Amino acid sequence: MSVTDIRELSAVAAAAEIGAGSLSAGELFSAYRERAAADRVAGPDGLNCFTWVAAGAPLTDVSGPLAGVPLAVKDLFCTEGVPSQSGSRILEGYLPPYTASAVSRLTEAGAALLAKTNQDEFAMGSSNENSAFGPVRNPWDRERVPGGSSGGSAAAVAAGLAPWALGTDTGGSIRQPAALCGIVGLKPTYGAVSRYGMIAFASSLDQAGPLTRDVCDAALLLSHMVGRDARDATSLEFPYAIELPTAERLDGVRLGVPEELTGAGVEPGVLEAFHASIVRAQELGALVSEVRLPHAPHALSAYYVIAPAECSSNLARFDGVRYGMRAEGALELVDMYTRTRHDGFGAEVKRRIMLGTYALSSGYYDAYYGRAQRVRTKIAEDFRSVFGEVDFIVTPTAPTVAFGLGEKTGDPLAMYLNDYCTVPMSLAGIPAISIPCGLSGGLPVGLQIAGPAFCENRLLETAHALELALDFDGTPARV
Amino acid sequence: MSDSVDTANAGAGGVLEAVIGLEIHVQLATATKMFCGCELSFGEPPNTRTCPVCLGLPGSLPVANARAVHLGLMIGLALGSELAPRSIFHRKNYFYPDLPKGYQISQYDEPLCLGGHLGAVRIHRVHLEEDAAKLIHVGSSGRIHGSDASIVDFNRGGTPLAEIVTEPDLRSPEQASEWLKLLRSTLRRLGVSDVNMEEGSLRCDANISLRPAGTSGLGVKTELKNMNSFRFIERGIRAEIARQAEILRGGGQVVQETLHFDPASAAITSLRSKEEAHDYRYFPEPDLLPVTIDPGMIDAARADMSELPAERAERLRAEVGLNAESAQLLAFRGELGDYFEAALAAEREPAPEPQTLANWIAGELVARLAEGEDPAGSRVEPGAIAALVGLVGAKRVSVGAGRQVLDRLVSDGGEPEAIVEAEGLAAIGGGEDLAAIVAAALQANAEAAERVRGGNAKAIGPIVGHVMRETKGRADGTEVSRLIHEQLGV
Repeated sequence: MSVTDIRELSAVAAAAEIGAGSLSAGELFSAYRERAAADRVAGPDGLNCFTWVAAGAPLTDVSGPLAGVPLAVKDLFCTEGVPSQSGSRILEGYLPPYTASAVSRLTEAGAALLAKTNQDEFAMGSSNENSAFGPVRNPWDRERVPGGSSGGSAAAVAAGLAPWALGTDTGGSIRQPAALCGIVGLKPTYGAVSRYGMIAFASSLDQAGPLTRDVCDAALLLSHMVGRDARDATSLEFPYAIELPTAERLDGVRLGVPEELTGAGVEPGVLEAFHASIVRAQELGALVSEVRLPHAPHALSAYYVIAPAECSSNLARFDGVRYGMRAEGALELVDMYTRTRHDGFGAEVKRRIMLGTYALSSGYYDAYYGRAQRVRTKIAEDFRSVFGEVDFIVTPTAPTVAFGLGEKTGDPLAMYLNDYCTVPMSLAGIPAISIPCGLSGGLPVGLQIAGPAFCENRLLETAHALELALDFDGTPARV
Repeated sequence: MSDSVDTANAGAGGVLEAVIGLEIHVQLATATKMFCGCELSFGEPPNTRTCPVCLGLPGSLPVANARAVHLGLMIGLALGSELAPRSIFHRKNYFYPDLPKGYQISQYDEPLCLGGHLGAVRIHRVHLEEDAAKLIHVGSSGRIHGSDASIVDFNRGGTPLAEIVTEPDLRSPEQASEWLKLLRSTLRRLGVSDVNMEEGSLRCDANISLRPAGTSGLGVKTELKNMNSFRFIERGIRAEIARQAEILRGGGQVVQETLHFDPASAAITSLRSKEEAHDYRYFPEPDLLPVTIDPGMIDAARADMSELPAERAERLRAEVGLNAESAQLLAFRGELGDYFEAALAAEREPAPEPQTLANWIAGELVARLAEGEDPAGSRVEPGAIAALVGLVGAKRVSVGAGRQVLDRLVSDGGEPEAIVEAEGLAAIGGGEDLAAIVAAALQANAEAAERVRGGNAKAIGPIVGHVMRETKGRADGTEVSRLIHEQLGV
């Protein structure tokens, strides 16, 4: 097989070929490594997907179910002895002494660590422009953003620089870049995957998940990530094994279209692709109805209190005392803290730390954090009630297609609005998947499907049937 | 926070009353730290008992130590607290080099235990938290400001702590120190902590305010930190009361602030005032689930509890028949109580009378041991002192000879009967032998004998002394006195 051929294989297919002895794991790794390393070397002339690329194939037990298929991992997953900076200057030169549980589960299952991927600093952003490593470019249009914060993972998979990748999603950071890059991204139920070793953004929202070329790949990767981890008190035993989906029909599957997330604010081209895919779902036998999520319009406001509040505390440990960057020339302790954090954090991170610090301040706690948590409860109740009527909720993943580099960097609120459709599911802790459902102006549009907690197998089946029917062609994105 | 107090009346001559509440941090005797699997440190080389969790490395997560919750419940039961069916951990956010995460995981408005009392002092709450690391400041000042360098040892970081907060029910430095001793013996008896103040496993801060005696409001309080012995607690509180009294008597106002007591100089210095007080930005720790307590956990905590000092004192009084003072002493100095009960349990014949046995142990024996020494570690077997007190009670050995036997027991160990035999210390009974010795003593002290006969009771001393010398203290004093009076016909 030529190099181009083996890169055409899905991860599931590649693992099967290696298992059958018709493909060499080492050859597959080399093919991807070569391309990834070239992108790393190209810097701003490439897509800038990676922060680190393996020098060679790691020792991997290819007899495992993941058969040595290379894996790209978002920078914020701690990987022992491998740079892990969460896209921030403040962790310059930091080499963790341990590996995140989600990553070690995958490598134990036979995944081979290929590269660490670029991301928005500390996962704060929707365009991957907030990275100490510079912005990632969208393989569909180099002058556009890949989305964020898992922008490096999404762009790498879309461009064929990695067969699949690990990302994290706090308010849409897997689903939105997957949508903008025309690939599949799954945010699992909160607690399904251990957070141990993920450099935290907002603890009550962060979840690891797969970014893949197709739904089957997402299922395979997820199947080796889930499960209780004694090191993460919020992780849960997944109630059943994740299966590779096979469904081709949606007979009797009830899909709810929430009017709050499918109206104004979503650009026409995106809505058009979304409605076309709903029609395809109906053709497959799905029952589509309108539903209400009355508190969903408040989700973004609540999210931008809760997430900054948690991050203001989570990021306090980056103080220059023990690891990472320490500003030179400090006169005393507070001066050292101030200079280190001033120099080490980017503008968006500082903005959110300040927002969160304010929201938690004595006298403001109830008005901000307390109220945001009450809104969060209402949103979760909305979903519970809707899932009594329908099996899944469908929305566009993002209100727009990929926007231009620099287009929204001067307007944080416009940037935040890109998470409008993904944040409600994050606040409710429920699983949601984004699959490519068409093009608008030559750029991919994502369809989001969300279901109740721990419905991942059914969610994957539904996404799989729709994926087959929509037959999205991701090829133009290959570079 | 507090009602204002009219301290204007507290000018010269007005009597002021101290209002004191204590906050006690107790290091719990778990095998591992509060939120990770590191073993607790007892003087290991710096930074050898650490892991990504207690170092606060990026990506690490806390997992609550179930054993610490168990010990916390035992404390709550011992203090008669209400055990919260659901309590939660909060983050207390502030920057300091001994706090690697930039926040301390502690409990805030939903603690593990609420209310209760120990002795006359009400308990406000008991909650769990993690200890900070240890900072060592290099340079002249010994404090972070002005030091040449500061070194952090994370071995202590993450050690489980129970914080016990009292209501402001104490009124004097002595009372505070006495009550803290009671708390310490209670915690030691529970086995939940080493409770060693010098080593920092028991630490105490005091909230202190003054008010005109007889009023019920609360004055402006200060928080006094860093008193690491009972002596320093008394001294520190006394110094702070004096400082506040001087301010109030001078017509000034006490400033709410956190104070540092320097035991070496007895100086009190300000750490921070209310204006500079931290805003800790407490919020529920999202990395941990709420602590839920079920009846099984409470049963398990209760099953692990031995008898508490207050209960023991009551039992020693009501069931063993000790007077209240002895019962309390043996209960609060648990090692004496244990020794006493072991002596009783030896069932020696003749049986010692319990109160007398308690007096011999708490008085004669303790006086012969080093201060604070546990008699169980001495050469005197509990059974041996029981036997000795039994012999004295049966008048087979006089009190004086008994003391000599105890000297021998303390220095060499052994059995009282054998010592009495070998040393010829058996009491000389009321028979012919003693009567003859008394007669000889009367003859030798004729002048004194005359005075006794003449009604001067005090004059009996030289005669008794003579008998005791002759008998090497083996004679029973009461019997000697009776014989003297009999022979003199008075």
